[in-house]
Amino acid sequence: MENEAGALSRVAGLFSARGYNIESLNVAPTEDETLSRMTIVTRGSDEVIEQIIKQLNKLVDVVKVVDLSEGRHIEREMMLVKVKAEGSWREEMKRMADIFRGRIIDVSDSTYTIELTGNVSKLDAFLEAIDPSAILETVRTGASGIGRDDRILRV
Amino acid sequence: MEITGAEIVVRCLQEEGVEFVFGYPGGAVLNIYDEIYKQNQFKHVLARHEQGAVHAADGYARASGRVGVALVTSGPGATNAVTGIATAYMDSIPMVVITGQVPTAAIGLDAFQEVDTVGITRPCVKHNFLVNDAKDIAATIKKAFFIAASGRPGPVVVDIPKDITINKAEYDYPKQISLRSYNPVTKGHTGQIKRAVQMMLAAKRPMIYTGGGVILSNASEALTKLVKLLGFPCTSTLMGLGAYPATDSQSLGMLGMHGTFEANMAVQHSDVLIAIGARFDDRVIGNPEHFFQEDRKIIHIDIDPASIAKRVKVDVPIVGNVHDVLEEMIKLIQASHEKPDANALKTWWTQIELWRSRECLKYDRGGDVIKPQYVLEKLYEITKGDAFVTSDVGQHQMWASQFYKFDKPRRWINSGGLGTMGFGLPAAMGAQFANPDATVVCVSGEGSIQMNIQELATCKQFHLPLKIVLLNNGYLGMVRQWQEFFYGNRYSESYMDALPDFVKLAESYGHVGMRIDKPEDVEGALKQAFSPEMKERLVFMDFRTDPKENVYPMVPSGKGLSEMLLV
Ligand SMILES: Cc1cc2nc3c(=O)[nH]c(=O)nc-3n(C[C@H](O)[C@H](O)[C@H](O)COP(=O)(O)OP(=O)(O)OC[C@H]3O[C@@H](n4cnc5c(N)ncnc54)[C@H](O)[C@@H]3O)c2cc1C
Ligand SMILES: Cc1ncc(C[n+]2csc(CCOP(=O)(O)OP(=O)(O)O)c2C)c(N)n1
Ligand SMILES: [Mg+2]
Repeated sequence: MENEAGALSRVAGLFSARGYNIESLNVAPTEDETLSRMTIVTRGSDEVIEQIIKQLNKLVDVVKVVDLSEGRHIEREMMLVKVKAEGSWREEMKRMADIFRGRIIDVSDSTYTIELTGNVSKLDAFLEAIDPSAILETVRTGASGIGRDDRILRV
Repeated sequence: MEITGAEIVVRCLQEEGVEFVFGYPGGAVLNIYDEIYKQNQFKHVLARHEQGAVHAADGYARASGRVGVALVTSGPGATNAVTGIATAYMDSIPMVVITGQVPTAAIGLDAFQEVDTVGITRPCVKHNFLVNDAKDIAATIKKAFFIAASGRPGPVVVDIPKDITINKAEYDYPKQISLRSYNPVTKGHTGQIKRAVQMMLAAKRPMIYTGGGVILSNASEALTKLVKLLGFPCTSTLMGLGAYPATDSQSLGMLGMHGTFEANMAVQHSDVLIAIGARFDDRVIGNPEHFFQEDRKIIHIDIDPASIAKRVKVDVPIVGNVHDVLEEMIKLIQASHEKPDANALKTWWTQIELWRSRECLKYDRGGDVIKPQYVLEKLYEITKGDAFVTSDVGQHQMWASQFYKFDKPRRWINSGGLGTMGFGLPAAMGAQFANPDATVVCVSGEGSIQMNIQELATCKQFHLPLKIVLLNNGYLGMVRQWQEFFYGNRYSESYMDALPDFVKLAESYGHVGMRIDKPEDVEGALKQAFSPEMKERLVFMDFRTDPKENVYPMVPSGKGLSEMLLV
């Protein structure tokens, strides 16, 4: 979409006004600074998804809409988790981070901050795998998506 | 040479060929008003409330097919305009509304008369802009007019901070504008059009259902040609009335909640339904589950892909401009050696005539109380069916749509989608500005007229000889009707007590007032109001009508089209 003030609120406003659900939304400028790219994760019947796409296309700031789930695609989300790392947890958290190919990017006497990238279900799985009482804080970016192979979204 | 932002605004409007700007001044737009003062290429019409200004611009747009223009100040000026903007949005009316804004440096500081106009109007505009630099004004206004009038039309708001109107920039109005993210289609898909034509020619019980899109795309002639060529029955939504001549025998009148028995039955029993510039509104199809018919095929022509398959499943979607698509269909039909199935059509028409013979619009002529339907029948007769008729919202609106037979497009002007009481009078002003020599009538109710009654002053100032037909039933009649049918006659807050003396009120604004209490006086009063002596005068006719009359037929909400309540 156009990298313009107000474009994001038009999209967000459309979802709330028409009662569509947003599971996650992420947006940032692209290599062409006049454009930003947004990835929205939403859920609905085929009819609802079709309406969402049509309604998004109607927004003047939206340049192009694709449904990535219609074809082969890659989805990645990044999460930062701050966990307790005291006593036996110190070893355990390091081990879990390794298993999930996470990285410990900040350390204190009592905590680790782990960076983890993957698809949404991998991040969910990580949170389920560790003891909930060890989790101090999480922050997630929401998914970004891109088509596989030569499926390219260009303007 | 550099000129001020305010001068640029005015030059752009002149360049667009704007004839009228409907507005109301205030602090944030003083610079623009100062430039308006210095020019005489377009006329500024001072309304008496911003809602009136925007409805007048809307009425002008509906009557003329051109873009309506309104100008209001920041804060309360903008919020007062919102109802007018939303009204135009719901009915897809092309309009550009320029709003003043506090100076750029004050935005976000809760400055005097600051509101987030772009934020408030976002859900009820086709698009809106906040101008950040005087050098962007010209391109922004160009875009605004282009977006408002192309594709599915709609209102566009341009919010201009006060400092931008005083800053200077080079003036260069772009001749052409292209937006990479906005490319409305016009021509429909040829393959789909062919499929549709085949389906139409093979139909046994075809039905054409037209809407506001036919009027918006100026496709009346093409529609009439197509309907005549096929010999199919044709019905219209409230918004499409006049696109196909109502007095023609192939017209079944309006469909929907207060549509005719024959139109609703024919839609429900058709095997091929051809929807043209209509959006399957809930007031039209009633309960969608009941509406659905397994063996009925639906063809849907609409310029907005989002209108298609929104509420009902469609078999042949055609995204395109009604006018272009219909022309292409006509060519294909004329070139085809297949003809519509004459035998099947004959049987179908026999069935339709049977439904029509139910005479669903018949009403009890009453005794010594004026029936609203009677007033409208007489109005139709006396104006020879050739007036521009605007209306407010309520029972009177439905009766006007049922009893005034519109043979031409853009003659029937009302708020369908938002249903805005207070629309009728200012919209009539706009229609009169667009057609200075035409007869313009506003049909209203005593509830609705009081919502923008102040515009009688604007009418006086600009010598607008409107004819106001007030169907005064003493009730918020449409509300009363629902309370009678669905709330056990509990008339909660629907009685309009303490009414003003409308005759004196009209007179105090400098107009002619009449009060009519008896059926035998109806015709005489109308004749007088439409007589040559009154040609230059606004005449306000206060008809005291039956307070208990109801609108029939009626499809109660949640019911199906064939479950109408009849008299
Ligand atoms: C009290 C009350 C009672 C009502 N009762 C009824 C009733 O009984 N029956 C009834 O019909 N309505 C009724 N209405 C009106 C109703 O609410 C809707 O406004 C109306 O039915 C919508 O009409 P439409 O489908 O023609 O759509 P419009 O709102 O006129 O929309 C036009 C459609 O055409 C498309 N379009 C626009 N331009 C073009 C183009 N160039 N080419 C192709 N397509 C185009 C648009 O995308 C849109 O889908 C009532 C309203 C009120 C206030
Ligand atoms: C601004 C606004 N407020 C409320 C309504 C709800 N409403 C619809 S019809 C109606 C009654 C209108 O009364 P009147 O103008 O006297 O017309 P009548 O139905 O009596 O002909 C009301 C209150 C509305 N449509 N618009
Ligand atoms: Mg009333």
